[in-house]
Amino acid sequence: MSRPPEPIFLARQSYRRRRWSDAARLMPVVGLIALLLPLLWADQATTSGGILYIFCVWALLIAGTKIIARRLTDYDPLIETNDSTESTETKDGGAR
Amino acid sequence: MLSFNALALISIFYVALLFAVAFWADKRAERGRGGWLRSPWVYTLSLSIYCTAWTFYGAVGNAARSGLEFATIYLGPTLVMVGWWVILRRLVRIGKTQRITSIADMVSSRYGKSNTLGVLVTLLAVAGTTPYIALQLQSVTLSFAVFMDGPANAPEDLAVVALWVAIGLAVFTILFGTRNLDVEERHHGIVMAIAVEAVVKLVALLAVGIFAVFWIGSGPSDMMARIEASSIDVWALQPDRWMTMIFLSAAAFICLPRMFQVIVIENEDERHLSTAAWAFPMYLFLISLFVIPIAVVGLSVMPEGSNPDLFVLTLPLTFDQNALATLAFLGGFSSATSMVIVASIALATMVSNHIVMPIWLSTQSVGATVSGDVRHVVILARRASIVGVLVLGFLYFRLSGGGTALASIGLVAFVGLSQILPALIGGIFWRGATRIGAAAGLATGLALWLWTSLLPSFGEGGVLSAAVFLHGPFGIAMLRPEALFWIEDIDPLVHSVLWSIALNTLAFCVFSLLSFPSPLERLQGATFVNIFRFSDRSRGWTGGAAEAEDLLMMAQRIIGPQVAQGIFESEAAKQGKQGYLPDVTPDFMDRLERELAGSVGAATAHAMVAQITGGASVTVEDLIRVADEAQQILEYSNQLEAKSAEQERTARQLREANEKLLALSVQKDGFLSQISHELRTPMTSIRSFSEILMADEAMGPEDRLRYSRIIHDETKRLTRLLDDLLDLSVLENGQVTLNMGEETIGAVLDRAVAAMEVATGQQDFVIQRPGPGEDASIYTDGDRLSQVFINLIANALKYCENPTPRLTIKVDEAGGRRVVDFLDNGKGIPTDAQTLIFEKFARVSDNHAAGGAGLGLAICREVMTRLGGGIVYLPGQGGAAFRVILPDARAEAA
Repeated sequence: MSRPPEPIFLARQSYRRRRWSDAARLMPVVGLIALLLPLLWADQATTSGGILYIFCVWALLIAGTKIIARRLTDYDPLIETNDSTESTETKDGGAR
Repeated sequence: MLSFNALALISIFYVALLFAVAFWADKRAERGRGGWLRSPWVYTLSLSIYCTAWTFYGAVGNAARSGLEFATIYLGPTLVMVGWWVILRRLVRIGKTQRITSIADMVSSRYGKSNTLGVLVTLLAVAGTTPYIALQLQSVTLSFAVFMDGPANAPEDLAVVALWVAIGLAVFTILFGTRNLDVEERHHGIVMAIAVEAVVKLVALLAVGIFAVFWIGSGPSDMMARIEASSIDVWALQPDRWMTMIFLSAAAFICLPRMFQVIVIENEDERHLSTAAWAFPMYLFLISLFVIPIAVVGLSVMPEGSNPDLFVLTLPLTFDQNALATLAFLGGFSSATSMVIVASIALATMVSNHIVMPIWLSTQSVGATVSGDVRHVVILARRASIVGVLVLGFLYFRLSGGGTALASIGLVAFVGLSQILPALIGGIFWRGATRIGAAAGLATGLALWLWTSLLPSFGEGGVLSAAVFLHGPFGIAMLRPEALFWIEDIDPLVHSVLWSIALNTLAFCVFSLLSFPSPLERLQGATFVNIFRFSDRSRGWTGGAAEAEDLLMMAQRIIGPQVAQGIFESEAAKQGKQGYLPDVTPDFMDRLERELAGSVGAATAHAMVAQITGGASVTVEDLIRVADEAQQILEYSNQLEAKSAEQERTARQLREANEKLLALSVQKDGFLSQISHELRTPMTSIRSFSEILMADEAMGPEDRLRYSRIIHDETKRLTRLLDDLLDLSVLENGQVTLNMGEETIGAVLDRAVAAMEVATGQQDFVIQRPGPGEDASIYTDGDRLSQVFINLIANALKYCENPTPRLTIKVDEAGGRRVVDFLDNGKGIPTDAQTLIFEKFARVSDNHAAGGAGLGLAICREVMTRLGGGIVYLPGQGGAAFRVILPDARAEAA
């Protein structure tokens, strides 16, 4: 079953939102690579240095995710331009 | 040191507090006042049941033994949370729209509501979780033991403690976990209680950590120096273990039944996930911040041979910090209890929905329509399951002797539950995943986990003899539990994860590729994978077969009379009917099934509805019908799109026409006033000059002649104007008669130019005629054609503002037609006027030179149309340029 063609051009806001969701998808990949980097040098490294590295990466991941999550929810998270069409199902429980 | 009794009293008091919190939260939620109960922070804190007593105490022990490796257990979940947008958001949305009740329900629902898969996942979950519960009981008893004095530290006493803890947990879980068999499987009281416990855990660990860093040590820099001086200073990172542990903890974070319960089932609002995405990693960050310092201080301060797993407790006790030790104890206690509570709820839901209910249903030979409330059966099944799970955990704890064998069981459980991962992730991203594939993958994973992980975890000579480890079962070296396929010397954990997950995924993929899914599976697959596209529903039922009354009877028994009647009444009202019995439409069946699924799970709900409707729910015909509908909708929308484009075109044309009409109307008004002016001016002068002629008898002959000439000229001008109007009207009405004849273009042009020269007598006007083509002869009305030419030449004469005016007349060929172009070197005609100049009464500028009334070009166009040719304005020639398209000689000849 063929889908209706997707629009090529989007309004600036929807465009931004999609790029933020791309960033959200990228986060775990970035995190994984950062956490696997010690494999290259950790056979001679000290634990104290390792603590600094791991916790810095950790803190950066948290900060990055917070920024992206904030941006993504700035736009209404329940109305997505293309990704999602429904919004009623989750809205009733939505008193924040 | 604190006495055992005092500690027991504190524990009981703490548990009573948790009861109060849970009770209060449940009451509050019942009254519909969620408030901050439903805040994203409570959700985030509830996720912390990931940190069990095993991680609370064990992380420090792990760090004391292998340094930074302990962090992998927290880094995996961090990655999953950080990637919430990819997996968790999807799971939560599916869980909400499909009313999923557990991870087993999720897998079963995805693969065509297959109960076989539900049972398989349930068994796996029970097998993986029971030892884990035993581990919690062990850590609670161990922490109690720390406070006991030496001689009382007998295994029997510990067993009594474990028993009481288990009983207490069972009571708590039954009270708050099975109070309501709601449509939404949420437990506000329990979530609130574990949120409180999460805070206690975090505060306890932070307090001990701060105590270690700032009390025993003297600040962060001193702590760094201590780490460098300690035995774990060398970060002996083992790449294989590092990667495996990160993967394993990430997989377990999604697949552990209790984690699935809090992440997906207890989720109140999808938006909470975006807060938890960074807040929960922050929690993990804080939890693990002081683990290494506590381990290092413990290693240096505590006597040789003391258990590093209990440093969190023993460290404050060594320094006689009873309050801090009690807080640490409560932290560990919280970790253990919250895990056991949620895990037993999750397991009880699975067991009752996928094992007890199907069996009970099949024993009810009369079928599902019999009256009577089935809810008590469900609740009873859940309560029995909770007790059963805890009894199993307790027995496991007793039989395994509570020794060191248990310590490794945490990771073993992780490996076991990770086997669900391929079926789960494959199910939500790959439409081609099938029930057969999922079952094959799960079975393969389960078998490999048992053989390479669970059984060896009891040690050599435990369940498997040393000979099996060394030579394999029956001497088959290929199947040695820690060296499958002859590949030796891999870390046992890595070995087990590698083979079980790899072969599990392989079996899942291969069997999915080879098998053919049933229609229901394909519908569910499409719904799950495209959850953000069609979140509303998938068509599941064909209508007609079921009686509304039977359905109502059954629904009442599962979700209670009031709720069921409410659903039926609202549906009937929606269909515009009175009473409680709506028409049984597929939509309604779908809705009803999902409501029921919230209570008893998708597979059972489906089975129960199927009993009434008489089986086959989806046929290939239904699928085709659904596909057809979608196709029709698509075509319809395409048609609409085309229509709307067409309408837009029409609207644009109409808009243009309207603009033209408006402009013309303005022109016409202008013309009317102008033509009256045009008529009036000659009339006035004729009248006044004839009055002079009549009145003045003594006028000389010259004057008389002059006045008469003026009168004559004015009359001619009037006549010309009226002629033009008449001409145009005749042309427009098609009453004109044409004198057709053969003539060359040059001859017609000669006549026109000569006539112009005679008429105006102007000499400074240069007319260039670059010759070729003028000899061509045409069949037309030469007089009419020369009228057009005269008009064009006269126009150029009138409107060309150039001080040395020049007109070029070129005979040419364009587009297979012979054309005559009239190009002058004036300013040309502005673009906005170009469409109007051929209209009647149109004037480009207001200065009306030489008596034109704006009819010339209109006449030209009419003439050329009559002659079978045309006239257009040629833009972009540097001046005004008109192209006369001559009639097609061949067409005329034919």
